[in-house]
Amino acid sequence: MTLDSSADETGPQPLLELTEVTRTVQLIDAPPLTILSGVTLSVSVGDRVSIVGRSGSGKTTLLNLLGLLDNPTTGELLFDGRPARSFSGAERDRVRGRDVGFIFQQFNLLQGRTALENVMTPLLYAEGRQFWQRSRIASEMLDRVGLGHRLQALPDRLSGGEQQRVAIARSLVRGPRLILADEPTGALDLETGEAVMDLIDDVARASGAALVTITHDPAIAARATRHLRLDHGVLQADAETAALARGTTRELTAGRAT
Amino acid sequence: MNRLLSNLVGAFVEAWQEVRIHKTRVMLSLIGVAVAVCAITTVVGLGAVAQQATLEQSERQSGRPASVQVYASTFDGSAPAPEVMKEVWQTALERYEITYASRVTPTSQMVQFADGAASVATTGVDVPYGTMHRVKMSEGSWFTDADTARLAPAVLVNSIFYDRIGRPDLATHPTTTLLGDRDTTAVITGVFPAQGWEQEPAMYLLTDSLTALAAPVTAAPTDAMSAVNYFGPPTYELWVPPELADPIIAALQRDVSAALGDGATADVYRTDYASWTGGEDPYLSLKLLVGGVAGLVLLLGALGLVNIALVTLKQRIREIGIRRSFGATAGRVFFSVMMESVVATVAAGIVGVIAAVLIVKNPWIEGLIGQGQVTDFPAFPVEAAIIGLVSATAVGALAGLVPALVAVRVKVIDAIRY
Ligand SMILES: Nc1ncnc2c1ncn2[C@@H]1O[C@H](COP(=O)(O)OP(=O)(O)O)[C@@H](O)[C@H]1O
Ligand SMILES: [Mg+2]
Repeated sequence: MTLDSSADETGPQPLLELTEVTRTVQLIDAPPLTILSGVTLSVSVGDRVSIVGRSGSGKTTLLNLLGLLDNPTTGELLFDGRPARSFSGAERDRVRGRDVGFIFQQFNLLQGRTALENVMTPLLYAEGRQFWQRSRIASEMLDRVGLGHRLQALPDRLSGGEQQRVAIARSLVRGPRLILADEPTGALDLETGEAVMDLIDDVARASGAALVTITHDPAIAARATRHLRLDHGVLQADAETAALARGTTRELTAGRAT
Repeated sequence: MNRLLSNLVGAFVEAWQEVRIHKTRVMLSLIGVAVAVCAITTVVGLGAVAQQATLEQSERQSGRPASVQVYASTFDGSAPAPEVMKEVWQTALERYEITYASRVTPTSQMVQFADGAASVATTGVDVPYGTMHRVKMSEGSWFTDADTARLAPAVLVNSIFYDRIGRPDLATHPTTTLLGDRDTTAVITGVFPAQGWEQEPAMYLLTDSLTALAAPVTAAPTDAMSAVNYFGPPTYELWVPPELADPIIAALQRDVSAALGDGATADVYRTDYASWTGGEDPYLSLKLLVGGVAGLVLLLGALGLVNIALVTLKQRIREIGIRRSFGATAGRVFFSVMMESVVATVAAGIVGVIAAVLIVKNPWIEGLIGQGQVTDFPAFPVEAAIIGLVSATAVGALAGLVPALVAVRVKVIDAIRY
């Protein structure tokens, strides 16, 4: 089964290409645990991918592989056409810094640092203009997520929604080609979650980056253009969400027509 | 290059943020370092003052390296005739082009004070003596060649003498009366500080002025209470470059013995402290001891720092994971964590050095350590400040090494997993 995005053979080279990827962990006093098995997936710039799955189904493990935080146990993962295994440690970190933006469920803001300093963090690992103009670039980014007036606020002074918006600004500040969001609305109430997803969709569309969103929430998943489901480490197309997405689109179209 | 610079600046920015956020804990852990650096710097600084004190004292007493004395005697134990010695001495100085040489004649001289006459310890010297013995004046100045031509002899008195005559302004050319068969009025041209143990007035006269005082004596004193003190032959002192001391000693030994003829011998030897200690630093063992203790204190401070860094590192593992997920390389994390410690200890080091300067240059401490032996307090020794800062930096790097090694081993996926 292939989950390729482009039916079009002449499309651009995929940003990520996973072929028969497995991930197992060695446990003490127990047989190895297989978290992912036979995952084949391709993600190109501009893709909107959602992955749903139960807790413990391996979603975060998959996301770590996509973000070059982890290596497959077997199978091949190509990043930009290059085998992930061939990256040196520092190269891998630099590529991740430049091309990948993470958004976490728990926001993972650096405590004690202002919103501005948090958004500046990824720029500290950049060079050239991005490094030297980090303060200006970060302020602009915060302005784009609607927090231009809270630059000096510390994370514990911000609401959950505001914190996640700071985290979004941080993940996008270096203009990544791949945005990986792990349950970005999981810690937010329904309404705030919707607003945050609107923002992520907006900035991702504006920058043309690929967006992979992990979620529990079918409504959030339905926003994507490709819908996948992870079940006990096996990745497959998710017809259910796809149907929901079509329904939503119909509703929207119907709503517009009237 | 570009990457190197942005990495360096970036790591510094991160380190500074970290230090700023954890001000309190950093401050606490740094007190030990600051105290240790202050101790090291203070000890080195005070050591310099104490060394200067002992050095000045021994140089005043036995001369600067290399000081050489010529002692001549005839076989019957008496001194050779003064005219002969003077001739021999002049010839030797000219022959070996010795600039710093002085006859030294210790004696005593009756002086008329307002409250009566008193005997004053008097030393007859030549002009170079001041430089040779590092005599520092508190008022006026040491003898110059012009003083040899004065009609009224110039006299330099110690502070006790000066106090006793009511500390007159030297600009008014105060005089004092030197009693003898014929009283002599001498002009006080300078005041030198009394040594700590000295209770009595003392003064310097030029050798020729001193001989002139005695000249009118036509016969040896018959009266024990005679105002003019009979004085013995001078000792002959030279100050020469240490590396020339041995050849000059040999040459003088030969020349003076030859000039005095069969009936007399000449003894020429070094008197300065460097000759007793063989040129080694007499303070070496003391320095090593103090340095060792201070090093130990600093090491204890470093241990405290490592301890606190390790305890708080647990809370920072997540933060390190977050930074790694945004592109921080392992090397960068290592360097940043190391820098935190260095930035902090250098700051503590600066505080410690400043405190040390305030302590060492404190007049009360200077007095205590100098014990009145130091006329010329050395400026705060730069090497003490450098030693303090370098050890602070080294301790920071050392203390940062352990947490930095732990930080690099953080597994990113475990650090950010919830
Ligand atoms: N390093 C590891 N060691 C042991 N078990 C792990 C490790 N990483 C993940 N797991 C297990 O693998 C399963 C999948 O984890 P995860 O990818 O976090 O799932 P999800 O994000 O879908 O909830 C879980 O049961 C988790 O406990
Ligand atoms: Mg998860």
